[in-house]
Amino acid sequence: MSEKVLMKGNEAIAEATIRAGCKLFFGYPITPQNEIPEYMAKNMPKIGGLCLQAESEVAAINMVLGAAAAGARVITSSSSPGISLKGEGISYIVGSDLPCVIVNVQRGGPGLGGIQPAQSDYNQATKALGHGDMHIIVLAPSSVQEMATLTGEAFDLADIYRMPVMLLADGALGQMMEPVDLEAKEKRTLPPKDWACTGHGGKRPYNVVNSLYIQPDVLEKTIIERFKKYDEIKQKEVKYEEYLTDDAEIILVSYGITARIAKTAVKHARTMGIKAGLFRPVTLFPFPSEQLDRLADKTSVKTFLSVEMNMGQMINDIKVAINCKKDVYHFGRTGGVIPTPDEILENIKKYAAVGGKI
Amino acid sequence: MSGILLAGFGGQGILFAGKQLALAGMKSGKQVSWLPSYGPEMRGGTANCSVNIEDEPIGSPVVSKPDILVAMNLPSFQKFEDKVVSGGIIILDSSLVGIKTKRDDVNIKYIPATRLADENNLGGLANVIMLGQLLKAYNLFDYAYFGECLMAAAPKSKPQLGELNVKALKIGYEYEG
Repeated sequence: MSEKVLMKGNEAIAEATIRAGCKLFFGYPITPQNEIPEYMAKNMPKIGGLCLQAESEVAAINMVLGAAAAGARVITSSSSPGISLKGEGISYIVGSDLPCVIVNVQRGGPGLGGIQPAQSDYNQATKALGHGDMHIIVLAPSSVQEMATLTGEAFDLADIYRMPVMLLADGALGQMMEPVDLEAKEKRTLPPKDWACTGHGGKRPYNVVNSLYIQPDVLEKTIIERFKKYDEIKQKEVKYEEYLTDDAEIILVSYGITARIAKTAVKHARTMGIKAGLFRPVTLFPFPSEQLDRLADKTSVKTFLSVEMNMGQMINDIKVAINCKKDVYHFGRTGGVIPTPDEILENIKKYAAVGGKI
Repeated sequence: MSGILLAGFGGQGILFAGKQLALAGMKSGKQVSWLPSYGPEMRGGTANCSVNIEDEPIGSPVVSKPDILVAMNLPSFQKFEDKVVSGGIIILDSSLVGIKTKRDDVNIKYIPATRLADENNLGGLANVIMLGQLLKAYNLFDYAYFGECLMAAAPKSKPQLGELNVKALKIGYEYEG
């Protein structure tokens, strides 16, 4: 392990990007992720890379498409309203089977909303980032260390599966500083980018990168192939963390910044004799459905409590994952408010007392 | 160990002071987190930051019930005075805040940090003077160790900044209210 450095989450993403060999950043400023373009602007030129502030988020995501089509590692970052603007381009990138990394340092919405931390883009990220039958991989870091490690992982996953990967963070993770080991990421074997449009001087057949398929049967085939890939990802790439779930009666399900606050609440609940545990999805797509379902099958487990910084978005994925065989409740704060451990503890007490249906 | 809240006006070096505590904690092998308030207002507006220094992994980076409050203006003191845990510590810049605490269950140190900084030609280093007084009131870090951390945090091209910080730390540490 190398020496740890104290960094903001946003800076950790930017540094991990450079260490992943990515030399291209396209973006447009927005709070609370501005340390990313700031860091890129300062450091990309030093490695012969490029940090370009585009005229808009729409322009930036289409620059990402172009760079990815040429086989380059490329990243863009934004916060909630800016991600909505990128939606069209992300759909085109999915339709063109191109790898890239998209960072969403979430803030409160809808609309311009606020600039404080939120997790209210969960549904957008996991279900409807763009039009069409599509998914992208969504990773939810919970610490500044994971902001770095999962950025490296996002680039690898994007290249392995030829698709966009989103890092779904929030303003708190972006702004906070924690010690980071920048060399913690394990290397993965990557496939060659023999599909890229790199120029060939007539020495091989040309490659085509395109998302337009006029014939419905051809388009259907490409979509079905893509969904086979999603199935493979569900088999191989699910990541999650469990904490004190072995004998738990009430299991909190929480990701990102909220998961670590929930963990504190779980510890407090244990000291009061409440058998609480925590399940933290690290991949939001693929969602760890099978793992949750196995927990739901345990007779000791009575209740699930979804804890998020929104009005209740992941709760539906939990209910589907466990086929509603146990009660699932939601507790959240929204609009940029971060829940306190005490608030979560109160909800653990409340729902543990309900006990769930037997 | 400690949840620390530092608060004052933008430009007083609140975030810098918090970062020095977090850095010193990290170098001594503790778990640390640093979270700034961020908003549209910057210079002249209110600024605060939460610092956690713990033995165990840190949950919420937000310090909502501080063990230690370092307050450098009146609005911050009024906003956070009641949030400090019973038995906690408050370090207050008495050259900028003219009122006393209404609490009798906290250990409060009044230090005219901004005036001391001006008198010693250390304008802008009232924040570090406050940290000196904090180390005197509570042995969060060894005084000499923290001075070394301040020296190490100065840019290599400007080592004199580290020396000025150490000087400010000493003034704060040696001040007797």
